[in-house]
This record gives sequence, C-alpha cells and structure tokens, in this order.
Amino acid sequence: MKKEVIINLTDVSKAFDGELVLDHINLQIHDKEFVTLLGPSGCGKTTTLRIIGGFESPDTGDVEFNGKSVKNVPPHQRPVNTVFQKYALFPHLNVFENVAFGLRLKKLPEEEIRAKVKEMLALVNLKGFERRRTSTLSGGQQQRVAIARALVNQPEVLLLDEPLGALDLKLRKDMQNELKKIQQTTGITFIYVTHDQEEALSMSDTVVVMANGQIQQIGSPTDIYNEPENAFVADFIGESNIVDGFMLADYKVRFSGHTFECVDKGFDKNQPVDVVVRPEDVDVVPVEKGMLEGTVTSVTFKGVHYEIIVDIGGFKWMIQTTDFVAEGEHIGIYIEPDAIHIMNKSEFSDMFGDYSSFSDELDLLSDPTEPGDEEDDAE
Amino acid sequence: MKGKSVFQRMAAMPHIVWMIMFIVAPMLFVLYFAFTDTEGNFSFANITSLSEYSNVFILSIAFALIATVVCLVIGYPLAYFMAKSSPRMQKILMVLIMLPMWCNLLIRTYALMALLDNGGLINSFLESIGADKWHIVGSDFGVILGMVYDFLPYMVLPIFTVMSKLDKRYIEAAADLGCSSLQTMTKVIMPLSVSGVISGITMVFVPSISTFYISQKLGAGKIDLIGDTIERLFQNTSTYNIGAAISLIMMILIIVSVAIMNRFSDDDGGIII
Amino acid sequence: MKKFLSTGYIFLIFALLYAPILVLIIFSFNESGSLSEFSGFSFVWYKELFADEEALTSLKNSLILAVCSSLAATVIATFAALGLHHMRGKFVKGAIKSVTNIPMMNPDIVTGVSMMLLFVAVAGIIKANNFMGFGTMLIAHTTFNLPYVLLSVTPRFNQLDKSLSEAAQDLGCTPARAFFSVELPEIVPGIISGLMLGFTMSLDDFVISHFVSSPNFQTLPLYVYNQTVHNVKFSMYALCALIVAIILIILLAVNFTGSVSNKSRKKRNKGVA
Repeated sequence: MKKEVIINLTDVSKAFDGELVLDHINLQIHDKEFVTLLGPSGCGKTTTLRIIGGFESPDTGDVEFNGKSVKNVPPHQRPVNTVFQKYALFPHLNVFENVAFGLRLKKLPEEEIRAKVKEMLALVNLKGFERRRTSTLSGGQQQRVAIARALVNQPEVLLLDEPLGALDLKLRKDMQNELKKIQQTTGITFIYVTHDQEEALSMSDTVVVMANGQIQQIGSPTDIYNEPENAFVADFIGESNIVDGFMLADYKVRFSGHTFECVDKGFDKNQPVDVVVRPEDVDVVPVEKGMLEGTVTSVTFKGVHYEIIVDIGGFKWMIQTTDFVAEGEHIGIYIEPDAIHIMNKSEFSDMFGDYSSFSDELDLLSDPTEPGDEEDDAE
Repeated sequence: MKGKSVFQRMAAMPHIVWMIMFIVAPMLFVLYFAFTDTEGNFSFANITSLSEYSNVFILSIAFALIATVVCLVIGYPLAYFMAKSSPRMQKILMVLIMLPMWCNLLIRTYALMALLDNGGLINSFLESIGADKWHIVGSDFGVILGMVYDFLPYMVLPIFTVMSKLDKRYIEAAADLGCSSLQTMTKVIMPLSVSGVISGITMVFVPSISTFYISQKLGAGKIDLIGDTIERLFQNTSTYNIGAAISLIMMILIIVSVAIMNRFSDDDGGIII
Repeated sequence: MKKFLSTGYIFLIFALLYAPILVLIIFSFNESGSLSEFSGFSFVWYKELFADEEALTSLKNSLILAVCSSLAATVIATFAALGLHHMRGKFVKGAIKSVTNIPMMNPDIVTGVSMMLLFVAVAGIIKANNFMGFGTMLIAHTTFNLPYVLLSVTPRFNQLDKSLSEAAQDLGCTPARAFFSVELPEIVPGIISGLMLGFTMSLDDFVISHFVSSPNFQTLPLYVYNQTVHNVKFSMYALCALIVAIILIILLAVNFTGSVSNKSRKKRNKGVA
C-alpha cells in the first residue's frame, strides 16, 4: 500500500556563508507517515526541515507540496506547522491565546476557537491550563502547548525540530509515546528532526539518516538497523563492529583471517567490503569452538548484559554477552551467517567500528545531546 | 530568513538621515569653522593661536582630574558599603543617590551656593559668632568642591551597580582559598569592579572638564575653564572660529582619553542612568 | 564595629550630599529672604514663583519640548533598532552605532556649539533671522535623545527569540504582522523606558539648549539659569525645592510600587502552581 507523496524535494542544496549544508538531496515524504530526519549535529537535518517550513529557501532544486512547487510560498501560506526547538511560545500570551493564535488569524468565530482549543488542550493533557502564563509551565507542559498550538490549525504536515531535546530522559520517553499516539489519532504527516537514534527507531515509520549534508539511507527502522547501507549508518544506529573484508563468492566473505558464511550476494569476486557485526549477535564460546579467538581487554556490567571489549588480531570488538567473562581471559567467538551484514565501501569506511579507544565517558562527551547547536549560527 | 522585507530594510533610514544631518554635519561645521577665518578663508590661525589658551587647558584638566580622583576615593568605599547593606537598604540608598542625579545640575550647584556663598548659611553662621568669613566661592577649592559635589553620584552609581551584581560566591570562594578580607578586596572585588570604575571616571571627568556653570557660580567668575572660554567665545560671532578650534581640541582630548579608558575595561561596564 | 564604620561612612556622605539640598528646601520657606536667620515659616516665595508668568511659560515649554523630542527620538530609534537588528553588514552597523553615540560621548557643550554652528550656517544660507527657537531646540533634543533611546531598545531586539517571529509566520502571519503581534509586545518595555529616559533627559538639559535657544522660547533650566546668573532669588529656592520634591515622589513611586506589584505577582503565580 504505497501512500501518496505529499512533499517532494528534488536536488535541494543550501550553503551558509559558502559552507555547503545540504548537498543536492532528493527526498519524498508520503502522506500520513511519521518520518524522522536523523543525523549528528551539522548534518543538514534542521536546514531540510526549515526549507520545508519555508524559513529558508534552497539555493538549488525545488520543493513541491502535493505536486505543486512552493519555492516562492512564504511560511504563513504553507499548509505546514512547526513545533520549534525551544518551543517559541509567545511570552505575552497565556496558554489559551498561544494555542488560539493561528485560529484567530484565520478569523474563526470565537465559539469555534474556544471549542477547538479546548479539544486540543485535552488531546495534549493540558485541561485546565488555559489561563496559565507560559512562563509558569514546566518544560514538558510548554512542549505540549507548542504541539497543541501547531496541531490546532490542522496542518497537512507537522514539522518537529528536536522537540524533546530539552526534556529529561524519563519525560522524553513518555512524550515519545504520546507523540506517536497523537500522530496516529490525527493522521497528520509528522516530519521529526532528532539526533537521538533510539528516538528515531522507536517512533518512526520511515527514518532518513543524514550526514555531511547528504542522505545516507532511507528506510524503515528495522531496515536501517539490520541492513545499514554504509559504515556511517551502521555506526550511528546502535553499536557495530565494522571490519574490513572481501567477498570470496556469493554468500562467502573473508575477514579477520577467517572465511565466514553469510547471507549477502551480488558483489564482485574479491571485492573489498565493510562487514558489520552487531555486538549482541556475537556468541562467546570456548576457544576451541570459536571461529575467531581473542583476549578480553575490558568488561563493563550493563545490567541486562556485560559489554566486553575483545582484542582479535589487533582489532577491538565490542561484544554483548549475558555470560560473565573475566578480563584477560582468552575466548573464542562464533558468528551466525545471518548476523553478518556486508556493505559496500564508502567514504566512511575505516572511520567507525573499532572500539580500541572506546569508553563510556568518551561516548558521552562526543554525544551531541546539546540540542540546537546545529545550524544555529547560520541564519 | 529569506529576503528581508522592504519594511525591515528601510527601517533604519530615517535614523541614518537624521544622524548625517544633525550629528555628522554639525561636527563638520566645527571642523570648518576651526580651520577658517571670519571671512571663511582657509586658515591655521585658530589652531596656532590656541597656545594662548594653554593655561586654561592645563587648569581645566587639572581641576577635572582632581575632582575625578576625589570622587573615586570617596565614591568607591561608599559604593562598596552600599552594596554590602541589606537589599531593602540598598533600594533606599539607590533612590537617595539617584535623587541628586535627576535634579538639574543648576539646582545642585545653586543649592551648594546657598550653603557656601559669602551670604550663605555657613558664612552667616561664622559672622554671627564673630569669626572670619570663609571665602570658598571664588577659590579653586570652591570650584573643585562644586565638581565633586555635583558629580559624585555619577561615580557611585556605576560602581555600586557592578558591585551589587557581583556574585557573592566569588567572595566566598576567595575566602575559601585563603584570602584575607583585604586580599579579597584587592584580588577579587577590585578587579571585578573595574568596569564600573571606568564608567564612573568617564562620567565624572567629561562633565567636569567641560563645565561652565560650576566655575561661573562657585568660581565667582574669577576662574576661567575651557567651558567658560567656549561659552564666552560663542556669544560673539567674530570669535566663533577660535571657539570651534577649542571645542575641536577638547573633543579630541576627550575621545582619546575615553578610548584609552575603555581599553582597561573588557565590556561597556556599568550603566548610564 | 565594621558594620558601625560602614554605616557611619554612608551616613556621613549622604549627609554632606543632602545638606545643601535640605538648606535650600528649608530656606525656601523662610519669610525674610535671608540665609542668615530663619525668621518665620511662609509660602511667600512660592506665591511669587506662581505669580511669575515667565516661570510658568518656561515650564509649559519644557514639557512640550520633552514630550515632542522624546516621542520623535523614540519613533526614529525604534525603527532604527529594527533595521539594525536585521542588518547584516557588521561594519555599517558598527559605524551607525558609533556615530549615534557621539552626542552621548561628547561633552554637552561641544554638542551644543556644533549644533549652533549648523543652525547659524543654515540661517546664513537661507538668510533667516531669529532662526533659533522651538524648531532648533526640538532638533537638538531629539538628537541627543537618540543614543539613549537606541540603547534601551536595542537589547530588547537582541533578546528576541528569532523563532517567535517564525512561529507566528508558521501559524499564518505575514512578516509585518508577525512583527506587530509577537515581537512588538516583547519590545514595548524597552520603548517605554527609552521614552521616559528621553523625556527626563530633555527636561533636564541645560547646556545644549543654552546654545540653540532664543529668548522667545525658554525652557525651565534656561529660566533658572537666567534667574540665577547674577543674584540670589528666593523664588528660585522655591522652584528648586518643588522640583526636588517632584523627582523624589517619582523615584519613590518607580522604585517601590514596582517592587510591590512584582512581589504580589510572584505570590499569585505561586498560588496557582
């Protein structure tokens, strides 16, 4: 059941002060879908959203809504509404007036405005907050007002720019579920920008992974996770061991000095490839039963499992196992054919997938959790 | 945002036109008059004849410097003590320091005269007990006293503003790290209040060096400062040119000293009420 | 002990600061018109003041001029702030701001004479006599008010959340409408404080007015100057006392009623939450 294309970006580029932020991207967004633009800071996801919203105009290419170009349509005439990063609630208006803002511009009768705002505030669980000033609300409540303010106008498409970025973890999870529910009840197309891969996987129908101003992969969350197209996607979505290898034949790949059965085909003979193995798909076995063997260099207890780093021929693998192994222990590992995913070499090869410098702390430091650091300086 | 609207683009135009007509053009006229004679011919005569006024310049600078230093010496501790008082007290003191500021300079000076003049309260009192009169008005001391009295609030307010905003934790941290209260003063509070001091100095020095009312009243016409000179020269059409030259020199003098002062301050410092 | 010292110091300085003003106020009620003795309480000087046609006219002039010049400066500066906010070129922006600040940096006397030279030159070109008056005063006051108003409006623009305007447009506003419906309400406090600042600056100005006025348009400070230039007039004491009292009332109202309404608002919010 292919849904209708509602937004179509063709060959869109955008540069700020000579720096290319979007590099000729093509993107189709289908009706009633929950689409997530996912990528690290500076990948161009927010710019893409702002181009759809009409706040930026593309340098090249075209933007179509329902088959008609909207390149010269200003934001206030587009059938989209936006939930802004830091909510952008009008500080001089109370909750009711914020939500009613768009309706008042449409000059709807007062009765209707009242009814619609009430209904919308109920939808976002803010009954009884009508007269409150926005500055007295918590982050989560402000977020709900922002969503209600956008949704009440019944846009064809709702744009959400890292809307949960400022919330704490627990609230974020709740809001994820709630947003998904709202999307399903209203049937409005959501385009959601985030750098949080977990958020993207759990909420979306379609995930668009972006990096360096280009789209790396478009697909369902399962596709993106199980069949990453290149090393960047494999690394950005979840944890991955990415090793150099080459295809001996269809279904046969050689890496780390061992030949493995796999489920991929269609590569040239002896073609160099990137091999992805997810940490949870590696089995720890006694040395003599292992396909590869190595030494455990670190063990971290994670609750559900242990996360161990294993040095196999100089390459550090991350493995998640429920069985305890000790640091310094010599172990064998076993990999099922369907746990091996083969990707073409790309510009991202050799940049990711080795855990030799891995530490939780470093991961936290480099995690771009600071929302809005992306294209903020570029106006 | 894409294409700025015409409205946004043109919004600053009236201001720019106004600036050119009434800020830039008058400055150019000062330049023009400073470098022409009464006939309108180009001339350096005004500039060269400025040496006649060197005494006036030196006296004015000296008076203004002394007044500024005295204001700083009196005002800095005052601002510090004010900032240390309770919030409610601070509010009252704020009003008390601002009241003279908002009162016209003429009123402040005139009030001081009521106290110090030969027929003023102090001298009336001295006379009644048979003592000699104290001739403050008409003396150098009187003029400097007038400057200090009139401009002290301008020194206190910016310093007080900076100090009252100073994070108390810095002082606690300094004490925690072993500073005595004197060391806290010299190593923490003073460096952090530099911006207030700078704007205080500017706000006292500039009006002091250019005043003419204070020297007219408290100097009893016996003391001639730059301000008096300029004011007098501009009462007569024939001396506009030399007056313009003196104004030009004073302007340059002040712009240079303010620029040097601002070098010491990392931000624009205090506030201008 | 320390506490005692600092309180004592504050008390001493404020006593010195207020002594002349208090003397002036007390003796404005002195029947005899002498500073040597207080012969009896009377409103005689106030009566004389209010009988003085010139004083009342100059008060009226001052108010008209202050209203007009602060309004003009506020309109021009607000649009200028809007234009500057959207302006990209750093150099042009910096140049505009520096030129605007010239009247604030310059001593008033230089601003005064520079405007006088402009007006004299223009009057010479169009061969007008009696060129000085309300018009020249309005131009001068508007000009020196501009930087102050710009200074109080600009930060409001800089604090504006850019996404507010975008959100309004997203919800259906044209850019101009977005400005008026969501940005302007955020800026209004800055506009009002700019307006008030301009109003008081204009009321207070003596030096610049001194150079661009004519006898047929006199403001209150000019009137005070003319009255006090030679001799002591007790009706001036009364006028000064009145002005001090009015300023005190305004300052108290601004500083203390403001805090009361803030507090009650805070309480109300707490009550709801």
